[in-house]
Amino acid sequence: MAAPTSISAKNSSTQAETRPLLETRNLELFYGTSRALKGISIGIRENLVTAFIGPSGCGKSTFLRCFNRMNDLIDGVRIVGECKVGGEDIYAKDVDVIELRKRVGMVFQRSNPFPKSIFDNIAYGLRLQGIRSRSEIEGIVEQSLKGAAIWDEVKDRLHQSALGLSGGQQQRLCIARAIAIRPQVLLMDEPASALDPIATGKVEDLIVELKKDFTIVIVTHNMQQATRISDYTAFFYIGELVEYDLTTKIFTNPAKKQTEDYVTGRFG
Amino acid sequence: MTHFESEIAALQEKLLLMASRAEAAVNKAIRALVEREDDLAREVIQDDDYVDGLEKEVDEQVVLLLAKAPLAKQLRLIVSASKIARDLERVGDEATTIARRAIELNTEPQLKPYVDIPRMATMAMQMLNAALRAFTTGETHLAVEVIPQDKDVDALNRQLYRELASYMIEKPPTITRCLHLMTISKSLERIADHAKNIAEDVVYLYEGRDIRHGIAPPA
Repeated sequence: MAAPTSISAKNSSTQAETRPLLETRNLELFYGTSRALKGISIGIRENLVTAFIGPSGCGKSTFLRCFNRMNDLIDGVRIVGECKVGGEDIYAKDVDVIELRKRVGMVFQRSNPFPKSIFDNIAYGLRLQGIRSRSEIEGIVEQSLKGAAIWDEVKDRLHQSALGLSGGQQQRLCIARAIAIRPQVLLMDEPASALDPIATGKVEDLIVELKKDFTIVIVTHNMQQATRISDYTAFFYIGELVEYDLTTKIFTNPAKKQTEDYVTGRFG
Repeated sequence: MTHFESEIAALQEKLLLMASRAEAAVNKAIRALVEREDDLAREVIQDDDYVDGLEKEVDEQVVLLLAKAPLAKQLRLIVSASKIARDLERVGDEATTIARRAIELNTEPQLKPYVDIPRMATMAMQMLNAALRAFTTGETHLAVEVIPQDKDVDALNRQLYRELASYMIEKPPTITRCLHLMTISKSLERIADHAKNIAEDVVYLYEGRDIRHGIAPPA
């Protein structure tokens, strides 16, 4: 399943601008001999939020991790088929994976701040990138914290430990850390599933805000969250992409019965 | 059936109860007029409170079910249920209007044999019936067929207006009776409109297509 038909219909006048930023064609992933992803073809557009939904074990997180080669870190994983970011095959031999992960950042389910100060959590990655100027680092830290809508809450305690922040604040700090190195894409694997409704609301608002500057792909088990924040939704089931379309279509009038059954809670 | 599905089934059940009461009210109101039976008319007026109460109950259930964040067909069903309940409540109100006017008309000699009004009533009730059958069975073609029939009822209403207007000009003492009949005719025309609305909701419910106002939704 490539780009949904409704995309081309909607944006037919701006085809060139709306070429998918993330693209796979017949992507298959094996854990040893077990085929976890079965020939997935998708085109994910720039500056939109795309949600991946599906029951546990359907392959959505595995698929998400293909886009910054996080699966390389797991023994016995083999990938065939095409996977492109900005038109470039990211599984080509000459690809620098570190550079790729700068372009394609990731935010995880559990916030994972470094056991350092709030400031250093963000400055760390910048220093690794070779930025030495104190004023430049300070500028980017402030900009990133503002971008992640947490600046006002932490500006007076930048040098205190990040571990003293609440769960929701820690997650927004991790988002600030991810956007500090200006990736093109943000992959988010259930970024709000460990947060209370208020913190979830803040992270959701932030995601909608961030799509102006980033292309966001989010895995979520919370379908209402997908309806609130995503433009497109892809439904996965047992390693296959069952349906991919505008979020409004998927949640009000899906084309496939399997999607209907899943979103109405009949299975999964 | 999940707990949520059984709650949705209960909502559908309530809507069907409302539909049967609204239909019965219209039939009874027309009988009250044609058979000049005030008692029947009074029953219609009394029973309207029951239909009004059902509308409120449907809406309460709708709000509770929406709070559970339904999606896809369940979401469409719940939203449609609220709209259909409103249309059925209005059908009940129109039946009351017909009943009130029947009581007024029954105090005077019959103006002429009632031919067109029962015909209009039959057409409007057939439309309502088909729309509700489509709601129950999911046979959306029945609902689609209802929509053009609204024009026939409109045409009959206009024809009756013209006829009654000439009556009034020719025989001014009949003006009051003619005005009552015009109101009844308008009520029947509105019942057909409500049937059409329900038919459109049914198509949306089962097919996800919004066919209101004859405009296809954007692709």
